Amino acid sequence: MSFFSDPVNSIIHWLRNLLIGWGLSTGWVTLIMKALGVMVLSTVALLLVIFLIWLERKLAARFQQRLGPNRVGPYGLIQPIADVIKIFTKEHITPFGVNGFLYNLAPLLSVSAVLFLWAVIPLYKGVVGVDLNVGVLYLVAAGALGTLAILLAGWSSNNKYALVGAFRTVAQMVSYEVPTVLALLVPVLLAGTMSVSGIVEQQRVIYLIVSPVAALLFFLASLAEIGRTPFDLMEAESEIVAGFHIEYSGLKFGMFYVGEFLHAFTVSALFAVLFLGGWRGWGAEAFPLLGLVYFMAKAFLVYFLVVWVRSTLPRVRIDQMLNFNWKFLTPVGLILLVATAVVQKIILVSGASYGVMVLSHLVVNVLILWVAFWIVKMREARRPRRQPVAQPRPVARPPEVTRV
Amino acid sequence: MTVEQFVFLVMAVVTLGAALMVVTERRVIHAALWLILALFGVAGLYVLLNAGFFAVVQVVVYIGAIAILFIFAAMLTRKAMQDVGPQVNAGWPAAALIGGVVFVALAWMLSHWAQFTALPPAFADDTPTLTQLGVALVSPDAYVIPFEIASVLLVAAMVGALYAAWGKKK
Repeated sequence: MSFFSDPVNSIIHWLRNLLIGWGLSTGWVTLIMKALGVMVLSTVALLLVIFLIWLERKLAARFQQRLGPNRVGPYGLIQPIADVIKIFTKEHITPFGVNGFLYNLAPLLSVSAVLFLWAVIPLYKGVVGVDLNVGVLYLVAAGALGTLAILLAGWSSNNKYALVGAFRTVAQMVSYEVPTVLALLVPVLLAGTMSVSGIVEQQRVIYLIVSPVAALLFFLASLAEIGRTPFDLMEAESEIVAGFHIEYSGLKFGMFYVGEFLHAFTVSALFAVLFLGGWRGWGAEAFPLLGLVYFMAKAFLVYFLVVWVRSTLPRVRIDQMLNFNWKFLTPVGLILLVATAVVQKIILVSGASYGVMVLSHLVVNVLILWVAFWIVKMREARRPRRQPVAQPRPVARPPEVTRV
Repeated sequence: MTVEQFVFLVMAVVTLGAALMVVTERRVIHAALWLILALFGVAGLYVLLNAGFFAVVQVVVYIGAIAILFIFAAMLTRKAMQDVGPQVNAGWPAAALIGGVVFVALAWMLSHWAQFTALPPAFADDTPTLTQLGVALVSPDAYVIPFEIASVLLVAAMVGALYAAWGKKK
């Protein structure tokens, strides 16, 4: 195991030997190593946010034919650091009548709910926080904590607008959790394991090709879950001041902001892991560090897509958002799940080759999507069309004056 | 005292303390939040029992769905910030009696159970417990009938909820 091909495991190995050499017992060494691992992983993830903010601003600017941040440092790279320093020096304003403990707990919980997700994401071969055998379910559970944080923030602020904002956000997150879970179950079925590392290792062909519909469902549902445009009704900047975090200022608001950016990148990373093969790629088995490069490249590709969608599409209305979830995503997810289970079982029983499996899943997926679009189209044709603007009405004209 | 026992004691104290706060807290929202802490404590106990699946399901179902629903209902139906009312109604002596009897009976039963102080036996085969659980839920000589009955019950509840929410067609 050379340092350059697998630095993380080499450092862990060296540190473990060093600590044991100092005469510590194995239990203590494990505890120290785990605590260090948690610290390093969450610090790196949080520092990544500084880069993500710069990237998002720069990308959004290019999509809108602007330059973006370009004053502080080369290409404006130092701009987010200046912003971070500014937000550190801001005053913490605590409004009157808040519930002190919960008011301060909510931002922390919001960030940690996102950081929890990183525990099961495999960075490259053999490097994962903890390889849970219920990893996929764990991802859902961590999402539940994020919902709780938002509800707490809205309620403890002692502001009815914050409370209404929290309700809106939680209603959206809870309803979009259903298609997310349905889409997550498809890779689980295909890989035959709930462990996230296991799903990566089973992907000889990336699941984006095996089950494109599941990938599409997951992508759309997680866009709604992170509250990005076109689903950013919770903090629609052009319509309302802010959502559940209206009473937060300074670094506490910054925590929500950081959590939101990190969540956007985390779901991109999850998409890369579950549907794009994570660290898998040419030479990643022999030279593990290359896997990290592949993983990050895939994650940033998906993140680019998220930013692209964000800066291109307009915001949907609340009824459109809920209809889209309950009348399109959820039924398609349910049918896809049943169809995938049946096809997978038939293939396992008949002992068909891997290529046949991929092909049959792909055909079933395309068929489901085609039928779904066909049904939507039929219903759309039958529905009485809503006039986008009012019908032209007779204009009040001045009575005609007869010329003399 | 091993580390495991220490963790168990901490979890037990947190769970019981939070459960006590649920029934003594005057504000409904605070009671719901204490309930979440109690449910977390139970999830911790599942982890200690090597039942990771149940721990995660506990968080997903009880905290992610049921507790959030409680909070929603309490926030939408009451004046959330200053909701203080009577804590007991006329039926409290009967409830206390039944609770006490059940507690004593359970404690008596457990203390007379030979397995009470036994260590958990090792699993016979080393397939993951999750796989064993899944197979047991659908195999005819294990739990398939309770599993199906529970499923039918849930579907019935869902249909009932739909019917109640549908309203009268005019």
